[in-house]
Amino acid sequence: MTWDWDAVRDFLPHLWDGLLVTLQVLVLGSLISFTLGLVWALLMRTPTRWVRWPVEAVTEFVRDTPLLVQLFFLFYVLPEWGIAASALTTGVVAIGLHYSTYTMQVYRAGIEAVPPGQWEAATALSLPVRRTWTAVILPQAVRRVVPALGNYVIAMLKDTPLLMTITVLEMLGEARLFSQEHFQFTEPLTVIGVAFVLISFPASLLVRALERRLAS
Amino acid sequence: MTSGLWETVLRGVWVTVQLLVFSALLGGVVAFVVGIARIHRRRSVRFLAGCYTEVFRGTSALVMIFWVYFVLPPAFGWQLVPMWAGTLALGLTYGAYGTEIVRGALNAVEPAQGEGGIALGFTPWQRMRLILLPQAVPEMIPSFGNLLIELLKGTALVSVMGMGDLAFSGNLVRLALQESAEIYSYILVIYFVIAFLLTRLMRGLEKRLKAGVA
Repeated sequence: MTWDWDAVRDFLPHLWDGLLVTLQVLVLGSLISFTLGLVWALLMRTPTRWVRWPVEAVTEFVRDTPLLVQLFFLFYVLPEWGIAASALTTGVVAIGLHYSTYTMQVYRAGIEAVPPGQWEAATALSLPVRRTWTAVILPQAVRRVVPALGNYVIAMLKDTPLLMTITVLEMLGEARLFSQEHFQFTEPLTVIGVAFVLISFPASLLVRALERRLAS
Repeated sequence: MTSGLWETVLRGVWVTVQLLVFSALLGGVVAFVVGIARIHRRRSVRFLAGCYTEVFRGTSALVMIFWVYFVLPPAFGWQLVPMWAGTLALGLTYGAYGTEIVRGALNAVEPAQGEGGIALGFTPWQRMRLILLPQAVPEMIPSFGNLLIELLKGTALVSVMGMGDLAFSGNLVRLALQESAEIYSYILVIYFVIAFLLTRLMRGLEKRLKAGVA
């Protein structure tokens, strides 16, 4: 086994470029999944089943099918329908949509964990529905689910390399490009493997600390 | 779509199913071996098992697949058949997620059960096999069911390396037809059906195992 430190040094600038794209995808994807997941969760609370059933069916379908194929679907089909979007935008939308079907379950659990007394108190104060949600239920529900949402951000980080397949140059894309140009596969691929562990391990420690803090 | 193209898709389904079964088996072995090691009496064993889990959970599955395909062969001088390379990468990665399930379920067994085993003079292995595992395994099934769905979605990643699985057959048909909406819809539906069948299977398994304990 040969290890070439020069290749590592040459690859580092590309690693930073890739890391920036990865983080960009992660932040935007998280924002989409947090918002959209909340929308799904609230729609699942509507009284009519004509809203709940379609939402349930669609989110179940998205959750149980591979993100990779969903990426291909959006990347190749949207242009056929006349919607032009850059590869990065398509990737961010796909990853945000995919993970919104997970965050939706997190929000649902958080909302169900709010004690019934809180609902009853809101009724007793005759708060309007909107105020009940925004001032009483959601602030308590969201606080509880922050660690669980954090876990999905870490999971999303590990799915960002999939965007390489639709030509986005995130970390793995940069590594592959570098490998093909220099015929050195070992160093760039190992470096980004280590980079992923170096980011996700402290992040998971942070989430665990948050969990403990909320539990106490 | 012509029948020839459907044949391509069916071959893809077969490869995906094979890959799913093999990597689930490897992942299951890894999950139990490392998961049990994580509650071992010796600190060093626990530490090593913990390192394994953190490293393999920490990297992305796709990065791991690239690594197994491109770094292992020149580094160690052997080349794996694509199916085994895919199985290895997926089994090791998803097995690492499984270790947490095994550890959690073993820890959730009432401590008095293990103490009862000590009082009866069981060896540690007997305690594990006869007392802890029979009670812990049924509790693991729902989590393993979810992990199995994640693994099914993960198998699509090997298509990036040109392995002819279901996702790859979708790309072939797209190139043949110059049209993507139809074929990708079919592919997504097929994945969903497989996931649905897996969910049913795991639910049946859970019922049978729970009946065995009670």
